[in-house]
Amino acid sequence: MADAVVEQGPTVRAARARKSTSLRNALGRKSTVAFFLTLPLILLIALLVLYPAVYSVHLATLNKSMQKFVGFGNFLFLFKRDTFWMVVKQSCIFAVTAVFFKALIGFIVAHFVHNIPAKGQRKWRGMLLVPWVIPPAMSTLAWLWLFDPSYSAFNYTLSFFGIGPINWLGDNLWARFSVILVNIWYGAPFFMIMYLAALKSVPDQLYEAAAIDGANWWQKIWYVTLPMMRNIIAITALFSLIVTFANFDIVRILTSGGPLDQTHIFATWAFKVGIEGSDIPLGASVSLFMVPILAIAAIFILRDVSKRGNEA
Amino acid sequence: MADVALRKVVKRYDDVEAVRGIDLDIADHEFIVLVGPSGCGKSTTLRMIAGLEDISDGDIMIGGDIVNDVPPKDRDIAMVFQNYALYPHMTVAENMSFGLRLKHYPKAEIKARVTEAARLLDITDLIDRKPKQLSGGQRQRVAMGRAIVRNPKVFLFDEPLSNLDAKLRVQMRIEIKKVHQKVRTTTVYVTHDQVEAMTLADRVVVMNKGRIEQIGTPNELYHKPATRFVAGFIGSPAMNFIPCRLEDAGGTLQIRLTDRIAFALPPARAARYNALPRTDKLLLGIRPEHLTESHAHFGPGVETFETVLDVTEPMGMETLVYFGLDGTPICGRVDPNAGAKDGAPMRLAMDLNNMHLLNEATGVVL
Repeated sequence: MADAVVEQGPTVRAARARKSTSLRNALGRKSTVAFFLTLPLILLIALLVLYPAVYSVHLATLNKSMQKFVGFGNFLFLFKRDTFWMVVKQSCIFAVTAVFFKALIGFIVAHFVHNIPAKGQRKWRGMLLVPWVIPPAMSTLAWLWLFDPSYSAFNYTLSFFGIGPINWLGDNLWARFSVILVNIWYGAPFFMIMYLAALKSVPDQLYEAAAIDGANWWQKIWYVTLPMMRNIIAITALFSLIVTFANFDIVRILTSGGPLDQTHIFATWAFKVGIEGSDIPLGASVSLFMVPILAIAAIFILRDVSKRGNEA
Repeated sequence: MADVALRKVVKRYDDVEAVRGIDLDIADHEFIVLVGPSGCGKSTTLRMIAGLEDISDGDIMIGGDIVNDVPPKDRDIAMVFQNYALYPHMTVAENMSFGLRLKHYPKAEIKARVTEAARLLDITDLIDRKPKQLSGGQRQRVAMGRAIVRNPKVFLFDEPLSNLDAKLRVQMRIEIKKVHQKVRTTTVYVTHDQVEAMTLADRVVVMNKGRIEQIGTPNELYHKPATRFVAGFIGSPAMNFIPCRLEDAGGTLQIRLTDRIAFALPPARAARYNALPRTDKLLLGIRPEHLTESHAHFGPGVETFETVLDVTEPMGMETLVYFGLDGTPICGRVDPNAGAKDGAPMRLAMDLNNMHLLNEATGVVL
């Protein structure tokens, strides 16, 4: 090959050599190899995530019959409707309250399970995961019957204490309470298992050092457990916030958004206006509203994760 | 500062007795080292003193008060762990001051104590760093600093140097000794490294299988071991144990090692061992430094014999020679210029003035 290059004169030879070395360098670079290795996944994500995302943005800019480009028309229309703002408010209340209590209950239960001797722990872990592994469409049906105003186990039990009957899914506040309660029941085991894993990764000697330093159980949680779990708490909360914000099945099965649209959240309302109301572009516009809200939440929650990741 | 006493302390895990009735008195200001092989109960004993393990039986006293049921935080002790156990999310200063902050000490006093401890340990420049940014040796200093600022009655060290490399371990050993000379706090130090035990301790407690084998100063343990275990554990390379028997030969007492080799005992040793039965069940304990190359100027009590060396290990200042006596592997220490070579014959000298005689069955030094 060297002979062939010699015949072509010095300029061409130099250019060729430069080109082949730079290509070889690029291929030899770890980052390039890494890029090519991950390319199939990147393409898959692009196909499954980017295409629908871009398509829904496109849809949101069309009129009801999807014939005409209306720009921000759908969004401007939504801004003028009280129901839309109610859905925004209810989605925030639903997601934030549910995630807070899921995290709290998950943390407390994880602590209890962590302190169970290793022998019996497996059994409890399995049992506590049951709500999370049953398909929510099915388990929510059971809750629907538990909430029945006339024949439900809840109202029957409460009647012994002279309370009720409560119109769980028909009353505005109780309906909101009920959908959040079921979401917490369904989602708390996920937090429990994540926190349990995080708790197991905290070295026992830190607790022993804290005990010798004079910390009581609460101070051990506050000064050792929580700081050691900050990253996992932040990431779990963000992940759950996204899933809870986009929840559909629980609200759809329990209340279908009622009474009077009071329990609608983004997904169920987008379904109502988009599919049931045959206005796909407006439905797409509603669901797109989740993006900026979740983006802001993600920035806030993940702000310190990478920095803290370097401490451990 | 305070004295510490253990009275018939027992620790049982289900059916296993990890610590089997330990009695130990540690004086105020004393530096005690618990040493022994893995699983001998030394760390469990330390953790019982700290209050991190409940005791199954017996009493532990700190400063004269029984503390069996006192939680660790109320025992006024400080502990340095093997893996340092520094809080990774706190800076060095926060780590060191954590205990004081929990006890609501005034800020000025906390600062003064942290500054003083940092100065003592030479970590003033690191005070604002997180543990992740420190080397192993620096982390160890911070862990010690955290103990020092508390000004506790007792320091407890649980194998604090095990995670450091050999060179740093020697450095930190000296640091620990210097710190103890300055603060004079009663210290209980656990290690499996007999060199650490010998160099640091006022008194060493040798433990084996949950019991105390012997308590004594480093020199006492080295020169007057009470049992075969102590004799073999203290000293490196370890003491040689050679099966032997006592014989009367022409009015003198002699010790027979093999059919070929028998040495007359020096008068002091002969008088000491004369009353012993003439059985086979004895072991001669002799340290490698008392098995040297032969030369003309030995005093009484030194006997020479001819052997063939198996292996030699030149160490620079000395050469270790390995050979066998009737199948018993033996190690000696000879001068590097004595001409010791692998597989070569050599005339060695055994200093019987420094011998030990042990009962083979009981392991007791006679």
